[in-house]
Amino acid sequence: MRSAGPGSPARPGSPEGPDSSEGSDASSGSTPSSGPTPPSGAMSIAAIAAAVRSGEASAAGIVEQYLGVIEAMDAGVGAFLEVAGEAAIAAARRVDALMASGEDPGPLAGVPLAVKDNMCTRGVATTCASRILAGWRPPYDATAVARLAAAGAVTVGKTNMDEFAMGSSTENSAVCVTHNPYDPSRVPGGSSGGSAAAVAAGMIPGALGSDTGGSIRQPAALCGVVGVKPTYGMVSRYGLVAFASSLDQIGPLTRSVEDAALLYSVIAGHDPADSTSIREEPEWTGRLAAPDILEKGVVGTVVGLLREITDGADPEVRSRVLEAAEGLSRLGATVEEVSIPELRFALPAYYLIAPAEASSNLARYDGMRYGLRLGDGSAESVMSTTRAAGFGAEVKRRIMLGTYALSAGYYDAYYGKAQRVRTVLVSAFDAAYRRFDVLLGAASPTVAFRIGEKVNDPLAMYMSDVCTIPTNLAGHPAMSVPFGTAPAPGGNGSATGPAMPVGVQVLAPRLGEPAMFSVAAALERIAPVTEPPVLDRQEL
Amino acid sequence: MTGERITIEQAAHVARLARLDVTGDELALYTMQLEAVLEYAGQVAAVDTSSVQPTAHATPAENVMRKDEPGECLERDDVLREAPESMDGMFLVPRILGEAP
Amino acid sequence: MAVDASGGSVGYEPVIGLEVHCELATATKLFCSCPNSFGDEPNTNVCPVCLALPGSLPVLNERAVDLAIRVGLALHSDVRQCTFHRKNYFYPDMPKDYQISQYDEPLNAGGWLDLPSGTRVGVTRAHLEEDTGKTVHMGGTGRIHDATFSLVDYNRAGVPLLEIVSEPDIRSPQEAREYVAELRAILVAAGASKARMEEGSMRVDVNISVRPAGSASLATRCEIKNLNSLRSLVRALEYEIARQAEVYRSGGSVVQETRHFDEDTGRTASLRSKEEAHDYRYFEEPDLLRLVPGQERVDAIAAGLPAMPAQRRSEIAALFSSAGAGTGGGAGAGGAREDQIAGLVENGLDGLLLAAVNGGVSPEKALARTANEAASRIDEALALDPESYGRLLVMEEAGKLTATQVKAVLSEMLDEGRGDPAAIAKRLGFETMGAGSINASVEEVVASNAAEWDRYCSGEDKLAQFFIGQVMKATRGKADGKAVVAELQRLRSTR
Repeated sequence: MRSAGPGSPARPGSPEGPDSSEGSDASSGSTPSSGPTPPSGAMSIAAIAAAVRSGEASAAGIVEQYLGVIEAMDAGVGAFLEVAGEAAIAAARRVDALMASGEDPGPLAGVPLAVKDNMCTRGVATTCASRILAGWRPPYDATAVARLAAAGAVTVGKTNMDEFAMGSSTENSAVCVTHNPYDPSRVPGGSSGGSAAAVAAGMIPGALGSDTGGSIRQPAALCGVVGVKPTYGMVSRYGLVAFASSLDQIGPLTRSVEDAALLYSVIAGHDPADSTSIREEPEWTGRLAAPDILEKGVVGTVVGLLREITDGADPEVRSRVLEAAEGLSRLGATVEEVSIPELRFALPAYYLIAPAEASSNLARYDGMRYGLRLGDGSAESVMSTTRAAGFGAEVKRRIMLGTYALSAGYYDAYYGKAQRVRTVLVSAFDAAYRRFDVLLGAASPTVAFRIGEKVNDPLAMYMSDVCTIPTNLAGHPAMSVPFGTAPAPGGNGSATGPAMPVGVQVLAPRLGEPAMFSVAAALERIAPVTEPPVLDRQEL
Repeated sequence: MTGERITIEQAAHVARLARLDVTGDELALYTMQLEAVLEYAGQVAAVDTSSVQPTAHATPAENVMRKDEPGECLERDDVLREAPESMDGMFLVPRILGEAP
Repeated sequence: MAVDASGGSVGYEPVIGLEVHCELATATKLFCSCPNSFGDEPNTNVCPVCLALPGSLPVLNERAVDLAIRVGLALHSDVRQCTFHRKNYFYPDMPKDYQISQYDEPLNAGGWLDLPSGTRVGVTRAHLEEDTGKTVHMGGTGRIHDATFSLVDYNRAGVPLLEIVSEPDIRSPQEAREYVAELRAILVAAGASKARMEEGSMRVDVNISVRPAGSASLATRCEIKNLNSLRSLVRALEYEIARQAEVYRSGGSVVQETRHFDEDTGRTASLRSKEEAHDYRYFEEPDLLRLVPGQERVDAIAAGLPAMPAQRRSEIAALFSSAGAGTGGGAGAGGAREDQIAGLVENGLDGLLLAAVNGGVSPEKALARTANEAASRIDEALALDPESYGRLLVMEEAGKLTATQVKAVLSEMLDEGRGDPAAIAKRLGFETMGAGSINASVEEVVASNAAEWDRYCSGEDKLAQFFIGQVMKATRGKADGKAVVAELQRLRSTR
């Protein structure tokens, strides 16, 4: 059943370019994994860009190849909501034309990428996997999407997600279920589950996700890929459909730390269209993939093993985290346990703050100017009918929760209190970071759970984010790095299930990305070799 | 304040405020879930916040402004193409019951 | 209920507070770079931000902040660090279904405004917020209540507003009117707003309660929204004061509510009662950061603030008293002059008058021309170069142009928005007549009208008008009337 596969998802792919011909063979999905041409899914972003920039491969050829893989594979994964093939090939040809005319096509020349469906793509449907925005075509590109294009990358499609990014399993998509490539009966995590699954399955070398409470890191962990949540304000939110504005950040999901650094470097930077975008760009902006960061090592780095996001994890997940810590120690880092007791209030505070902001951010979907309109009668009743039918259960639940938390008589006890707790959390983190360069823990307390397992228990689902949420409240950066596997619990807790990926999370203080990436790169080098996902094109 | 029961009437009031036409079993389910989540989230009450200010932003900056210089507008046709209904260059909306508050 | 608005309020004292919204005179909207422009084709000044398209974000307009600070300084407010909040409510004219406004930390807090009549009205706050779109109700009578559908234009959505809230210090409809007029004058003087009620760039809501005269307690108040002229403001208040007094006199109690003023009937009526009380769920706008106006910036704005209306009115009034002119005009004339001066200052046209006076024109002439001619076309007059305008009036004063010619030249200048008065006069063929040719013309007319000349010489002064008319006819209006009279008098004295 399990094939040799296109390569380890924890490793950057072969640097050799793919077949640079534009023949249809490359996109037919029939390329044998053992043949002379490395499968596209194994290629790293760095290798693709190098091949295109050196003229070894054409951007159009690469993009067509990946489109073929997506077409062959995605029926079994369900990662994509829309594949904009023609537009992608046209964009790739423009990159090739730049090359032909001797102009610099950009650092990501010809790199096919996928974008979570909550980022605006001009003329390409952007729906947040919601009925209420079905078919909506934005008249503009999100800043992050535009920056990718300016760097020569080619957006080939939009990925599935929990509706409006509310969820931890991508099961809240109103469109389709996304399957974890390592076990199709399990979720890919969420809310950026489509992006994580697409990267893990080798359908795309990298993708953008968004992280409000862990929506990049948790699915990255569950799918065995790298996922980065940047410091709040490093990546423009302009064109990212808002969930909780003070928490949302766009970030990359890739198969390697280097690729994540490359993507991050392109999308980060000041944007005057986002008032919360950081104006004084740090020195490392745009050069996170540089050797002095990725190959710096961890000698002398002080790492805090954060008990609040380690101790409570499933034992096997916890074991991987401890192994990662030991590994860093062997590489020369100083590793100490640390406890930040205040963090146990992060999840409660988050489930007041995020829904409150969301209840206001999602008010505009009222059927008056764009999107779905249902019902008849007055504007008031059309709004209520449209919203009741256009939003899924989880979105409605959070809107009601947030509305309640903000309403007269409850504001002080809920929203106001949560904002003060947020201050307490930030102070507690600050104190820890006076001792530690980075903190280490699990990115998710469990490996991927089964589809349907938690859909009827919102609170259990919310617990999936317990390891990732504190970072968002603080506005700090954090990333998940694949680190081996853990056996999934079997049905009824009896038998042991398949080995599923584990993600180790590296947390850093505000603008502490260089140290975070140094540690992540070190972890990647010592991570156990992992079997590739079972869902790949060879078996389709 | 926290940990109190949520009545169906309160949940219905919240649904009206949020313009969600939610009734019957759906409302009953949400009421229960709302209560459970609020009971959990109510743990924040245990934190001593008497000496701290609220945090509304995850970034320390202030005074972010732009120059008063006109930029590009959207083409009206592009805008109205996405509208559920339009007429005479305007968005057509159903009859409105009351004056704006 | 029938309410006698004339005498129904005897024994009761109104307590009035005003909320005035004015659109700030920026080039672009408050949170996006769409033009802030009145009267354009619907939905042409819109972008992702002001249409609330998914993913769009607001960025604060620096100029709007500066203009708001100007007004705050003019109202003696404390200009301080502030935050923006979201006011959440659903309404089709509001694209985001929340309004970005200011809540517990406004930009301008406290302050006052002195009315010309001497009353000091407290200012609670003056804060920034965004305007909504405009809705046209279709079907039925075109009013909201019987419309079958509505059309929305979002050009106005996101236009910067300053909401100025007064303390309940106003005690009569006339005082309310005075407050709005004075506030308008200040907004115009500060260059912050056109503040035109007729264009909707200034809108007035009132809070009104009545209490037994002499009482110090506050009674239940009603709000009357969207009064769109000073006349409506006074009428609505007069009606509402009488209504509330009548309610108390008949033993009832006033219900706290929002009422609508009907221009046609002159009455206020309760708006359809809402299904539930509003709960705006204010919270700090996460997409906008704190605004901290530095002292340096505030000082610079204060230094650039022009003189305020009260000072400008007294400076102009002083021109008249120092010239010793107009003192014989009586109270009525003085009152009319005050009104004229106040009107010029309110509309920002006093600079034209001053330019003329500085050029040597008499205050009376400068006031008459500016109040009667220039003020009839305010927009165009505001665009005039005061110095050119002054030169025009100097030409009249010097007898180089007649009154009729001055009006014609001014009309041209207003049409063109600029222009050199001498050049325009020349183009219109108003070459000035030399004294010699006027005198020659007068002599000719005297010679050919001997009977009238005899009567004039025997003391019938009013016949001067006859001779002026004859000379004008002969010179096709090019002669200066005053020069004609002077020559007539000279001839008579040497006869």
